[in-house]
Amino acid sequence: MAIQERRIIYKHVDEPGYTADIDCYMRHGGYEVLKQALQAKPEDLCKEVFDSGLTGRGGAGFPTGMKWKFLDRKSGKPIYLVCNADESEPGTFKDRQIIYQDPHQLIEGMAISAYAIQAKQAFIYIRGEFINGARILENAIEEARAKGFIGEDIGGSGYSCDIVVHRGAGAYICGEETGLIESLEGKRGYPRIKPPYFPAVLGLYQCPTIVNNVETLAQVKHIIQMGGTEFAKIGVKGDTGTHIFGVSGHVQKPGYYEVEAGSATFGELLYDLCGGPLPGRKFKALIPGGSSTKILRFGERFTGKHPNTGEPFDWGVEDIPLDAISLRACGTFLGTGGAIVMDDSTDMMEAIANLMAFYGHESCGQCTPCREGSLWLNKMTTRMCSGRARTEDVDLMKNIADQIEGRTICAHGEAVAWPTQSHYNKFKDEYLDKIARQGDGRGRYNPNGYPLI
Amino acid sequence: MSDNGQTKMVPINIDGKDFEVPEGMNLVDACESVGVEVPHYCYHTHLSVSGNCRMCLVEMGTPMRDRATGEPIMDDETGKQKIGWMPKPAIACASKAAPGVHIKTQSELTKSCREGVMEFLLANHPLDCPICDQAGECRLQEFATDYGRGFSRYVEEKNVKPKRTVLGPRVTLDNERCILCSRCVRFCAEIDKNPVLGFTERGSHSTLTCYPGTQLDSNYSLNTVDICPVGALTSTDFRFKMRVWFLKPTKSICTESSAGVNTEVWSREGKLYRVTPRRNDEVNDSWMTDSGRMLYKMVESEARMQRFRIDGQVCTLGNAVLRARELIQLGPVAYVASGHLSVEEQAMLRKLVEKEPGSVTFVGHTKEGDGRLITNDRTPNVRGGLVTGLIKELPVAELDKLRRQLESGEIKTVVCYGEDLTKAGIPSELLKKANLVYLGTHRNATSDVARVLLPTLTVFEKTGTFINQQFRLQKFYQAVPGPAGLMPDVYILDALLAECAGGAPCRPTLEQIWQDLAAKVDILAEVKFNKIPETGLLLDGSAYAGLPFCEGSGWHFEPQRELAATSKF
Ligand SMILES: Cc1cc2nc3c(=O)[nH]c(=O)nc-3n(C[C@H](O)[C@H](O)[C@H](O)COP(=O)(O)O)c2cc1C
Ligand code: SF4
Ligand code: SF4
Ligand code: FES
Repeated sequence: MAIQERRIIYKHVDEPGYTADIDCYMRHGGYEVLKQALQAKPEDLCKEVFDSGLTGRGGAGFPTGMKWKFLDRKSGKPIYLVCNADESEPGTFKDRQIIYQDPHQLIEGMAISAYAIQAKQAFIYIRGEFINGARILENAIEEARAKGFIGEDIGGSGYSCDIVVHRGAGAYICGEETGLIESLEGKRGYPRIKPPYFPAVLGLYQCPTIVNNVETLAQVKHIIQMGGTEFAKIGVKGDTGTHIFGVSGHVQKPGYYEVEAGSATFGELLYDLCGGPLPGRKFKALIPGGSSTKILRFGERFTGKHPNTGEPFDWGVEDIPLDAISLRACGTFLGTGGAIVMDDSTDMMEAIANLMAFYGHESCGQCTPCREGSLWLNKMTTRMCSGRARTEDVDLMKNIADQIEGRTICAHGEAVAWPTQSHYNKFKDEYLDKIARQGDGRGRYNPNGYPLI
Repeated sequence: MSDNGQTKMVPINIDGKDFEVPEGMNLVDACESVGVEVPHYCYHTHLSVSGNCRMCLVEMGTPMRDRATGEPIMDDETGKQKIGWMPKPAIACASKAAPGVHIKTQSELTKSCREGVMEFLLANHPLDCPICDQAGECRLQEFATDYGRGFSRYVEEKNVKPKRTVLGPRVTLDNERCILCSRCVRFCAEIDKNPVLGFTERGSHSTLTCYPGTQLDSNYSLNTVDICPVGALTSTDFRFKMRVWFLKPTKSICTESSAGVNTEVWSREGKLYRVTPRRNDEVNDSWMTDSGRMLYKMVESEARMQRFRIDGQVCTLGNAVLRARELIQLGPVAYVASGHLSVEEQAMLRKLVEKEPGSVTFVGHTKEGDGRLITNDRTPNVRGGLVTGLIKELPVAELDKLRRQLESGEIKTVVCYGEDLTKAGIPSELLKKANLVYLGTHRNATSDVARVLLPTLTVFEKTGTFINQQFRLQKFYQAVPGPAGLMPDVYILDALLAECAGGAPCRPTLEQIWQDLAAKVDILAEVKFNKIPETGLLLDGSAYAGLPFCEGSGWHFEPQRELAATSKF
């Protein structure tokens, strides 16, 4: 088998006998990295993170070390660290394993990060549905506080920082970092305009704030443990470390797989680790990194010059390496690594209608293009699935998406536009075919699949 | 601001043309200042920037500099600094004018952004313009015409929302028309400091509402109606009364207090329909009180006086003036007036007093203000009385001295201008015995016992000026004609003066009155009536600094007495 899991973050996930309590964590060497980090200068830790090349695991893939550099340290205002544990993007289920099974890994990562950026206070914003997750984290924080790893005078270093767990109330948009900050402040989760409200300058309570994903903060622990340059050797140029792929949908063995960036291909992930398609089915489409990333169609070819190697490539979906750089070269994103697989039993019009039902429901309603566009697309695609599609709807769909992309306050606009545009680009023929046949009683495209809307 | 207090001008480039605009000014306003419209809904000069409507999207760029050296990168072809255009359109309202900013307001991308936003805004809009009060002054209508595609591709069912939600005693919401721009929400939170409005639900189903247990009942609630760019927030008083395109706006000044709020009075065929604030960044910004808006109702009040009368009998102006002269000359006379008079009326009254001398007292109308746009002095023009020289002392609440003089027979005739003397400590029995000449707009206990009645006009029916608490001279204009047969107060005063002086009335124009004032009053020496700016002219009031004026601090006003003169605003 060419593909090998490389479990760094998930080292103890699903390990028999491994429990979420601090004793178990410390038996496995827990909090040693924190103790070691507290000996170092904060700016040196920041440099390690910068050198590691770590990119954010929350979806946008922004370099973490760079984000930390943007912190406004001159203002004299307190700095806050916020862990984004809102994990709500459909298809994404990687953070919850860390929270539920290895919470101290996150807390250690946060304590190190907080010390590195000299945060005054840290928060974990956790999605409301993770009720037990919040309890587990609170319990873990309590344990860590009792042992002096969090709270006053951490590990005798003189540095103090506490962590507060804040539960969301069920809105996807509160995962967007500025919507999250508003929500954390006790307001409606309306994302803020950037400029001027870049969190690193004007974040929580208008103070400099770093918002990082759960996995990102967990990675920091390992960066400090092995050193930035060492960490940078894992993965590929521009995308270092491991990625956790949460594969769902039409595969034999859906689940989470931690793989070194670029070490294998999607084909290997889907066939070797996930067991391939269900009996008698063929793969049809892949959403690579959470539902907002652009869909790929099995059978299409991706060609170009690889930005890292300069080599020309000619790939099918199965050939695409599992790293952010290669995926970007194929016109989509690695996002959260939440890969959604669809086989030939899927009606693609139902698939897009399903996504639009989600995004239409989750738009915060603040800015016009996303608010109106997402509900329009939702109503329209639902109608199209009910046998009342018009041929002109297909182009209209794409055009509405074009009117949203790049014109909104937050990236939710893109989360509406990208799936729509990419579905249009790749499955327009299927839509038109379906529309042509909807009159003669053969409207559903997937006689043996589940209705998706 | 630069050192000398002057706003620094910076060059910006709009659609390839260079302009100079004040540095740091919001780009939407900066474009407007040079005559370029950037359509916008959510942005409002006097509110924080929310950036939610996306109507103001434009292409934006800044001059490029080398990252390493910081040196400007030049374009060899043009010889100018290269412009780094942003890959995505940006909202103009979130940017400030800075040197070298380039924007494109006419490009294909900008146009497409506007068309898109317009189509989206109208998708779930009820399009009930035929029954909408905002029609004719609706941003949605205007921008749809100017920047929209002219047709809709939307065939889905529209959202349905409540159409007559009562938000408060004076404001009714049509939820379907709301474009969720949050101007009203921000007004309540930021200006009124009474954050009762907010949104519930999500996405396109979002709904404006009051927080549970609260209502939009502040005395500033109707400002939300003014700033609502569409017909969502409506004034319950004005709702369904009149199509706005029939209405004529006239610039006026609110007489509620000495704040001198700038207003616009809307009328059709001699009838008043509403009063709205007129922007003046030195006085009231874009705001006014709800109570001030209701003052127009006085025009059609039952108590309005319509006829000249002698001892209750209707007569001509000539006879009334003749009788008034007789009573005044019978004397000894005392004059009672107030800050309700315009500067011109005060000037004319002063002339009369010079001809027929007698004491002049202003009745004060003080009541605690709100620290914003209602001052403690509930008359608009006490300063005018001082500046014209009509009075030397501030108004009094009780006319004790006059009462004693009337009781002792020291005073026999009282010329009372608009005041109810029975409320100022003079019993009506005493007034009945005196020779009372009454000028005023409405009946009251004093006018009822007057020997001569000379009806005058309300602020809406005449033109003139007031001097507010800041010593700002501000003009108001006639919006509607007065009741048939009546005439501006200054003509009546002129007729009285002519009668006393034994000449013919000359019906002075306001310009003539002002020429006279300019000659007599030092601080008015340079003032020409026709040249007074619409936002007023700040006079030098330092000569009166020692007087114990009753105003406390308010928006754009700090009393002189307290040295910590920082504006609240
Ligand atoms: C609509 C929307 C939803 C998002 N939801 C999440 C989320 O649930 N969890 C998360 O970590 N990041 C989410 N993000 C990304 C965050 O805005 C932000 O980029 C991230 O928390 C930064 O962390 P990172 O740099 O560690 O990736 C979301 C972004 C958008 C636009
Ligand atoms: S893009 Fe959508 S989710 Fe983001 S602020 Fe605008 S309306 Fe809200
Ligand atoms: S009611 Fe008017 S001002 Fe308030 S949010 Fe709606 S459109 Fe904007
Ligand atoms: S005016 Fe609404 S976004 Fe700029």
